[in-house]
Amino acid sequence: MLGTGLLVFREVLEAALIVSIVCAATRGVRGRGLWVGSGIGAGTLGAIIVAFFASTIAAAVSGIGQELFNAVILLAAVAMIGWHAIWMASHGRELAAEMKGVGSAVQAGSRPLSALLVVVAIAVLREGSEVVLFLYGQAASGASVVEIAGGITMGIVGGVAIGFLLYFGLLGIPMRHFFSATNWLMLLLAAGLASQAARFLIQADVLPALGNRIWDSSSILSDHSLIGQALHTLIGYDARPAGMQLLFYAITAVAIAIGMKLWGGASRAGRAQVSAPG
Amino acid sequence: MIAAKNSISGAILGAGLMLAAGTVCAEDYDAKLVIRDHKFEPVELTVPAGQKIKLLVDNQDATPEEFESNELNREKIVTGKGTITVFLGPLDAGRYPFFGDFHQETAQGVLIVK
Repeated sequence: MLGTGLLVFREVLEAALIVSIVCAATRGVRGRGLWVGSGIGAGTLGAIIVAFFASTIAAAVSGIGQELFNAVILLAAVAMIGWHAIWMASHGRELAAEMKGVGSAVQAGSRPLSALLVVVAIAVLREGSEVVLFLYGQAASGASVVEIAGGITMGIVGGVAIGFLLYFGLLGIPMRHFFSATNWLMLLLAAGLASQAARFLIQADVLPALGNRIWDSSSILSDHSLIGQALHTLIGYDARPAGMQLLFYAITAVAIAIGMKLWGGASRAGRAQVSAPG
Repeated sequence: MIAAKNSISGAILGAGLMLAAGTVCAEDYDAKLVIRDHKFEPVELTVPAGQKIKLLVDNQDATPEEFESNELNREKIVTGKGTITVFLGPLDAGRYPFFGDFHQETAQGVLIVK
């Protein structure tokens, strides 16, 4: 049961962390629970469908279907996060002002919440489909219902608990910095997902690695440790990144940052008081 | 069994287009692993250094597995009775452990690069 619980926990954790950031970024938005809930629901349904068609997906496009599928949905999530982050850069200050003023919920308005629904759905779908395949294997190998149900419960409770910890931790950020902070978190999240997409495209031999291992920081922080894995999801930490992953990371981060600056108008979202010498 | 192949790059993403042009026509070394009873065969697989590896993983079990390696920075699901291809390297000489994520107590192996 412990082994089952641990695997489910690791997968749930990744999705839960992404959902937490989305929840923080949509703080105070009326009806956001419905959006996030729909995303989780759609993702779960998608996970079951993807797991069911795993063989078909894997065999598609001369055997690189799995990598292409992962890369495409990761890049879709990157685009959605980028869109939302740029939108928030131009409207975030008004939102913060409204929330401080009346303390009432802010109208969603033209805010692209559907983009975040897609992000949540993709996060749940990716991790969920692995859980479904794993549990199917467990069941087929004769694991008992108690063992499987116990493992699922342990994993979900543990993963969701850490997600809540992150969420309430983020709520501690002072309101005047809050949306710029969550926006930068979203930027790093998107950059990390882009790096993961690059890794799949290297694995499929669609893109060159540009150096298989630019550095190796696994002795300091392993990808498989809890913190390493959390940082992997949150900011795209990779103990042994390939050059192409770094390139994707940098391009995504810079593109979203430029978008936030350009459309952020006079907003001081970046708040970079550069004090250049001389 | 060395197959020359072109990497189809840039078709999906423009970002790596210019950089990808440099790696067209790499020579791949074919290697194969079998998964049986949630174990890898062979447990130690030797491949040459400095060459791109095309690794075939043949799962003869009825249940799915995930081929994963932190050292190689790879993860890929292989369904029951399914086969996957994973591209690796070119790698430096050394030992690169890999495992089956769904059966970690038994599915452990090492890629030895010489």
